[in-house]
Amino acid sequence: MASVTLEKINKVFGSTHIIKDVDLSVGEGEFVVFVGPSGCGKSTLLRLIAGLESITGGELRIGEQVVNDLPPRERGVGMVFQSYALYPHMTVYENMAFGLKLAKTAKETIEERVMATARILQLEELLHRKPKELSGGQRQRVAMGRAMAREPRILLFDEPLSNLDASLRVQMRNEIARLHHRLGSTMVYVTHDQVEAMTLADKIVVLRDGRVEQVGSPHTLYQQPATKFVAGFIGSPTMNFMPAELIDGSAEGCRVRAPGLGELALPQSTDGQRSGAGLTLGVRPEHLRLAEAEGDNSFEIANVEYLGNEVYVYLEPKAGDTLLIHRSEAPSRWKIGQRVALVPDLDHVHLFDGDDKALAIAKQSQAA
Amino acid sequence: MNQYQLIKLAKRVGLYALIAVVMVYAIFPFYYAVITSLKPSSELFRVDFWLSSLDFGNYVHIFTQKSFVRAIFNSILVSISVVFIALLLGVTASYALGRVRFRGRTTVMLVVLGVSMFPQVAVLSGLFEVIRSLNLYNNPGGLILSYTIFTLPFTVWVLTTFMRQLPMELEEAAIMDGATPWVTITKVFLPLMWPAMATTGLLAFIAAWNEFLFALTFTLTDSQRTVPVAIALISGGSQHELPWGPIMAASVTVTVPLVVLVMIFQRRIVSGLTAGAVKG
Ligand SMILES: Nc1ncnc2c1ncn2[C@@H]1O[C@H](COP(=O)(O)OP(=O)(O)OP(=O)(O)O)[C@@H](O)[C@H]1O
Ligand SMILES: [Mg+2]
Repeated sequence: MASVTLEKINKVFGSTHIIKDVDLSVGEGEFVVFVGPSGCGKSTLLRLIAGLESITGGELRIGEQVVNDLPPRERGVGMVFQSYALYPHMTVYENMAFGLKLAKTAKETIEERVMATARILQLEELLHRKPKELSGGQRQRVAMGRAMAREPRILLFDEPLSNLDASLRVQMRNEIARLHHRLGSTMVYVTHDQVEAMTLADKIVVLRDGRVEQVGSPHTLYQQPATKFVAGFIGSPTMNFMPAELIDGSAEGCRVRAPGLGELALPQSTDGQRSGAGLTLGVRPEHLRLAEAEGDNSFEIANVEYLGNEVYVYLEPKAGDTLLIHRSEAPSRWKIGQRVALVPDLDHVHLFDGDDKALAIAKQSQAA
Repeated sequence: MNQYQLIKLAKRVGLYALIAVVMVYAIFPFYYAVITSLKPSSELFRVDFWLSSLDFGNYVHIFTQKSFVRAIFNSILVSISVVFIALLLGVTASYALGRVRFRGRTTVMLVVLGVSMFPQVAVLSGLFEVIRSLNLYNNPGGLILSYTIFTLPFTVWVLTTFMRQLPMELEEAAIMDGATPWVTITKVFLPLMWPAMATTGLLAFIAAWNEFLFALTFTLTDSQRTVPVAIALISGGSQHELPWGPIMAASVTVTVPLVVLVMIFQRRIVSGLTAGAVKG
C-alpha cells in the first residue's frame, strides 16, 4: 500500500503532446478511477505510473520515493491489462508465480502467496488449467491474481472489464469493489464506462485531451460538475443542455430566459457576467417535470422508452438537435406526438458560462 | 439426372488421373533411385520398374568406405550447428527488429531481405578470402560460417514477422512481472514460437544438408567433406565407369533423414508457413 503523487506530469510522443501538466494525488488505499472519452490519454497516464512509458516532464512519486527513472519491477506496481495478456503456455499457477520466481522468492513463499491469492479470487480449482481452458471471467480473475501475487504497493487496471459481456461485467465490477474493500490496497483504474467509475471510485479523475478536467468523489462530480464537459460525461442518461440568456443577476442569484422555459430565477451567482450574456442551462433528466403544454412552453414528444422500472421521454429541443430527455418512474401517461411543458426543478439546475465553466451557487441561498 | 451423375463421375476420374500424373512425376525419380540402389551392379542397365530381388551390396559398399561415413558425420555436425546458430541469432535479432522501436528498422529489414537474394556464386570468391583469413579453409567451421550467412536472412525475416504478431501486452505483462528482455524471449516468446522455429530450423537444415557449391570449394580433403560432395566424388573401378549403384545408395541414405524430419515436423511447418495469414 502506498500513495501516488503526480506533479506537472507531461508526456510527448514524437511531436504530439498527449499528457499536459497533470497534477494528482492518490491517497493510501484509495480507489481512483480515470475516465474520459477515447483518446484522451487515460491509458497513457496509467502506463506512465506503471513505468511502461517514460515520463517527458514532471515528477512521479510512489510513497515518498521519486520513481521517474525506476523500471516497472522496482516501482512495486502490478497491472491488469485489457486483453488479460496471460502467458498462454503456462498454467494458472505458473502465470501467478512467474513474477515471484523472477524476483527469486523462496519456493515455499511462492506457493504460499499464490495459494493465498487463489483463495481470495476463488481460483483454487483452476490452478492447473491453461488460459485457453478458462472462461472470460476466470481469465479476468487470473489476470488480477497475477498482478496481486507479488503484493504490489499499487494495483493498476486498464479497462479490465471491457472484454466481458454485460452481466459478467456487473458481477466482476462487484468483485473488484469487494476486493478493494478487503485488501484495502491502492488502486488506479481506467475505464470509459461512467457507471464503472461511479460505482467503484473513491475519487474520479475526468480527463479531457490530456488534461485533468475535474477531480472529486462520485457524489461531487454528479452534484457539482465544474464544467459542462464533466456534467455531460457523468450521469446516464446524460444531462440536458439548453441555451439561456442572462437577464440580470448579482452575487445572490440571477434570472435567465431560456427558449420555451421562459424566465427562471436561479440560485447561481453571476458575478462578472454582463446581462444578455449567453449561458447554458443544464438539467438532469430526473430533475425535469412534464406538464400540460402552456403557451410557448410546448415541446413535442419524439419517443418514449419503457424500461420496466422507469420511462424515458425524449423531446424535440427548441435549439440544436440533441433530443431532451425526461426520466420518471413507470408507468407514464405520455404518448409520442403529444406536446408538453417542461418544468425544471430549480434547486437542481446547473448553469454554465460562455467558457462552459459552472457558475457556483450563491452562498446565502445555499444556507437557506 | 443420369447425365448429371456421369459428368460428376467424369470430373472425379479426371481429378484422380491428374493427381496420379503429378505423383508419378514427383516421385518417380526418387523411386527409381531406390530401386537402382537395391540392384546388383550387373543388372544396373536392365530397365525394369519392379524389384525382382533385394541386393544390399551397394549399401554395404558405401558404408564400408570410411570417407563416406565420415562425410555423413560432417554433414550432421555442420547442419545442426547451422540450425542452432541461425535460430539463436535469428530469435534475438527478430526480437530487436520486431519489438524494439529504433530508427532505421525498416532499412535493416530491407537490407536483410536484399542480402538473401544474392546468388551464391556472386559471393564465392569474397567468402573464400574471408574463410582463408579466418583459417577455416578445409574445416567444417568454414562451412558453418558460410551457410549461416545464407540462412540467417530468411530466418530473421520469418521470425521477425512472427514476433510482430505476438501481442504487445504479453511483453508488457512480462515487463511488469520483472522480466528482462532475455527472460521475455526465452520464457515467454520462445514457447509460443515453436511452429515458426520448427519451420525455419528445418528449412535451414535442409539447405545446409544439400548444399554443394560451398562444400566443394571450401574443403579439400576427404575427411572434411560433406555428403553431397562425397557422393559426387564416389568413383568407380576405372575412369570410364560411373558407379551408379553406390551413388544411388548414398543418395537414398542421405535423403531418408530429411524425409523423416519433414514428416515429423510437417504439421508445424504448415502452421508456421501460414501463421498470421488469417487470424485464427
Ligand atoms: N506509443 C504511442 N505513440 C504515439 N502516440 C500514442 C502512443 N500511444 C498513445 N498515443 C496517442 O495518445 C493518445 C492517447 O492515447 P491513450 O491510449 O492514452 O487513450 P485512451 O484515453 O486510453 O483511449 P481509449 O479509451 O480509446 O483506450 C491517442 O491520441 C494516441 O493516438
Ligand atoms: Mg486506453
